[in-house]
Amino acid sequence: MNVKRSAVSLCVLAVLVGNVVAAEAHGMIGQRFLPATLATDDPFVADELSLPTIFHIKLPSSEDTPATKFTSLSSELSKRLSPDLGISASGAWDILAPDGGNTFTGFENMEVNLKYVYFKSAAHELLLSAGFTAEIGGTGSSKVAESFDHYVPQLYFGKGFGDLPDAVEWLKPIAVTGVFGWSVPSRTHNKIISLNDDGDVEVHREFNPTVFQWGFSVQYSLQYLQAFVRDIGLPAPFNRMIPLVELPLQTTMNGPLAGHTTGTVNPGIIWFGRYVQLGIEAVIPINERTGKNVGVLAQIHFYLDDIAPNIFTWTPFHGVLGPTQPR
Amino acid sequence: MAAVLCLAAARPCWAHAFPDHSEPRVGHTLDAPPPSVRIWFDGEIEPVFSSIRVEDDNKRQVDRGDPHVSSTDRTLLEVSLPPLPSGRYEVVWSVVARDGHRTEGRFPFRIK
Repeated sequence: MNVKRSAVSLCVLAVLVGNVVAAEAHGMIGQRFLPATLATDDPFVADELSLPTIFHIKLPSSEDTPATKFTSLSSELSKRLSPDLGISASGAWDILAPDGGNTFTGFENMEVNLKYVYFKSAAHELLLSAGFTAEIGGTGSSKVAESFDHYVPQLYFGKGFGDLPDAVEWLKPIAVTGVFGWSVPSRTHNKIISLNDDGDVEVHREFNPTVFQWGFSVQYSLQYLQAFVRDIGLPAPFNRMIPLVELPLQTTMNGPLAGHTTGTVNPGIIWFGRYVQLGIEAVIPINERTGKNVGVLAQIHFYLDDIAPNIFTWTPFHGVLGPTQPR
Repeated sequence: MAAVLCLAAARPCWAHAFPDHSEPRVGHTLDAPPPSVRIWFDGEIEPVFSSIRVEDDNKRQVDRGDPHVSSTDRTLLEVSLPPLPSGRYEVVWSVVARDGHRTEGRFPFRIK
């Protein structure tokens, strides 16, 4: 077994299953608080830190790889440059433990993201933004990371349903966020050189597809229900919980796997406080192509703009922005 | 570290000065008109930058126009009401927490 190639394929599979390293942000639009989601990106820009995001799953065996326990520890730092423009950088450290084999570890490539909020409506709890993410090839370990870049232009939205009529007031706490991205690799083919059993050199060409990345979260805010719709007497900590379902998905757009969609359904819960939010989700593959086993995704997320606004919200052109305010 | 301390503290230190509870309760129907609307927040709020008003179904202000933060309880924002007829009313509030964080919101209540 070619360990390096197996590691790479496992890593790719893990990304298909988990898609866990995303640029998250929390924020308010009108009276709606939207938390930083764990698996899909949301439309806000913010000063915050996710440390750590932990993802664990057992990957099934395939033709050339044994079943493998995959764990990823990732982190992301986000910073506003203006009230509507933000950057972020993220990285992840992977641990792969194949059944019957040696455990190996390595850093994934670093990702950087630039995001701009171009539309907001407090009355309709609606926020739209656009962004660009670059995964910088070669910044990670060659055991688990690719040597080429990925460029992903993205569109984001967030919408709360507090503007629904009172006749359907129980639906008002619902909010939906989503992201659409077009991931283009900087190299369309990898050349893989190996020796066959006869000692001859073989050259294979491995196709790197363009991928449509799309994802949603559907949230039901118990805090919104309690504070703005109907006080049902929920005590702490339930009055700060947001049950949600995330769907990180991706569809291959070209190559031999064109049209194939992989992804997961992630039911979970987020609790948020003044300085921190905690989240946990189950990671359930949507089809056999994605995987078979259920994983777990958990995160601790710090609101830096609330912890130390004078330090973490300073910007070179706008001074100290202060805590994230309702839009 | 602040977050860890926050989590560990016996007294909760929640975010963004969100409302904790109110009188009348959010979304509830009352048998008789209330003398005032009172909202308790989960943190102290700044009196100068905090406001509350009550509107009827036609968006007309119906409170007595005396919104204030309680001098004895800095988490309490209140406004008094005249005797109100039956109907649906909406409480509109905006507060600034001691750390400068602004939050706002509105909620309904009804009188039979």
